[in-house]
Amino acid sequence: MSATATTNVSKKQRRPELRPGEAQPGLPRTVLGMILRIALCLVFGLPLVFMIVSSFKPDLQIFADLGTWKAFLPVGSMNLDNYLGVFDRVPFATFLMNSVLISVSTVALGLVVNSMAAFALSRITFRGHKVVLGVILATLIVPFETMALPLLWWVNTIPYFDGSQGWLDTYAVQIIPFAANAFSIYLFYQYFDSIPKELDEAARVDGAGWFRIYRSIIMPLAGPAIATVSILTFLPAWNSYLWPLMVVQTESLRPAMVGIDYFKQLNVSWGQIMAYASMITLPVLVMFIAFQRAFINSIASSGVKG
Amino acid sequence: MSAAVVAAARATASSRSGHSLKKTDKHSHRTALLMLLPAGVLMITFLLIPIGLTFVLAFTNARLISPEPAKFIGVGNFTRLFENATFWKSLGNTVLFAVVIVPIQSAVALALAVLINTRMRGVNFFRTVYFLPVVTSMVVVSMLWMFMYQPNGLINALLAKVGIQGPDWLGDPHWALLALILMSIWQACGFHMVIWLSGLQTIPGELYEAASLDGASRWQQFAYVTWPGLRQTAIFILITITIAAFSLFTQVNIMTQGGPLDSTSTVVFMAVRTGFQQQQTGYASAISLVFFVIVLAVSLIQRYLTRDKEAGR
Repeated sequence: MSATATTNVSKKQRRPELRPGEAQPGLPRTVLGMILRIALCLVFGLPLVFMIVSSFKPDLQIFADLGTWKAFLPVGSMNLDNYLGVFDRVPFATFLMNSVLISVSTVALGLVVNSMAAFALSRITFRGHKVVLGVILATLIVPFETMALPLLWWVNTIPYFDGSQGWLDTYAVQIIPFAANAFSIYLFYQYFDSIPKELDEAARVDGAGWFRIYRSIIMPLAGPAIATVSILTFLPAWNSYLWPLMVVQTESLRPAMVGIDYFKQLNVSWGQIMAYASMITLPVLVMFIAFQRAFINSIASSGVKG
Repeated sequence: MSAAVVAAARATASSRSGHSLKKTDKHSHRTALLMLLPAGVLMITFLLIPIGLTFVLAFTNARLISPEPAKFIGVGNFTRLFENATFWKSLGNTVLFAVVIVPIQSAVALALAVLINTRMRGVNFFRTVYFLPVVTSMVVVSMLWMFMYQPNGLINALLAKVGIQGPDWLGDPHWALLALILMSIWQACGFHMVIWLSGLQTIPGELYEAASLDGASRWQQFAYVTWPGLRQTAIFILITITIAAFSLFTQVNIMTQGGPLDSTSTVVFMAVRTGFQQQQTGYASAISLVFFVIVLAVSLIQRYLTRDKEAGR
């Protein structure tokens, strides 16, 4: 039995007519299952509801409501003071624009360089292309944290575009090191390999160059891979914290995640912190709700390696 | 793309291929290099060189900003590191964090996946809610839970309702690491739920039919059909959670700064503190190198223990 199941997985069968949940009744179908689902819903959802609701309440009201259900409900004295306070205390619009600029640039640059590299590896056979692919995949086991500090020293040592020493305190240092990504190359490579080679062979015979095949044949067919790579690049770029914490000192270049540290140093207003937290979460939350299927699929496809 | 297009393309290619493709081989080679170039240069500059530098800098006294060039000091950084009690404490915390979080987080995630793997009305709603913490950044989650963990915060207020006097979660060395563990599981479960779910959906329904015809109980179906079918998924989840757990940093930096009494200090937190705040790049590289060797060893051991014993594949 075990052997059968394993080979079935490795063959990656299409989803069968009967979904496993259909064929396997029990827990998922019972009243107990439903109670569990709802309880877990509260566990995962209520803290976020609490965050958003609290962002509209003065601290006194928040603490008065803590022991009751009111903590999760928009009741009592509610206003926008916390939000106004945030804008008063930090240049929030600048932080947010920086985050948008950095994430969008990382995604855009990453889509171009990684898909091109994957195209070359998948389509153009040249000596050593297996070795190149192997090296790229091998780097996947190195967590960013293990090289963050040598990288910090390195970007502070190498010359910047204008010839001055060091990349610290720039937008570039927050974008360019993360543009090329082994996992993105791998995802594109996998997807390109599933597109029949006859398509571009025919185009080549008709005189199209590799760049043209890449641009007009392969990329237009790669929608799902582009969506997956975009999401898997955007999320870490938007959420990145350790790196900008180390490489940016100038306030006007800071992204929103690092900006939250301002609220810890000064006298704590929890309402304002919750307002700030809600505002930097909202853009991603809206995107997630809008493109839910793409989000879930991209996470699921990140599990295909291994 | 339609099958007809592919078939037509295939026919054209086979009828006209041959020497015309061969002639352009040299040109192809150049194009391939050109297309690899941008990603290649970036990966060499910002990934391979820094990895190599870790091995070099770890044996020097390099500082982040220093007028004097770095000097080779042999294993000095390592002897200093291994004599440092905070390092052993941090390593212990990191290992404890990983050992607790790996089984619990993967089990909870699997339970979530089983619960939503059904064609029931409204199941998408549950999936969305369980997944929400994943799209919320760890920075936000850390601030939120820091607030909830306050001695007079939400969690203790709720515990007081049922007559339990909650501890000072982040201020008590006995509770602080546990507090970080709980919130980290809360944040990341949804991610692994989705991966388990995609694994569950590759198991053919016929296997369950056959098993129930043979009179297998629900538990037996799980043990003999579901679990063996999730083998590859389980290995992937085991390794990714372990690496993520070893890399613990954001929560510590925001919520506890390694305290109280180093009870939540981790290897990465220590590396950042020495390499960034104290600017001792050489020493921080030594920490990074030790950390890298540990992570590599652990994932190799995991791969070895979970290798497919039946077939080399």
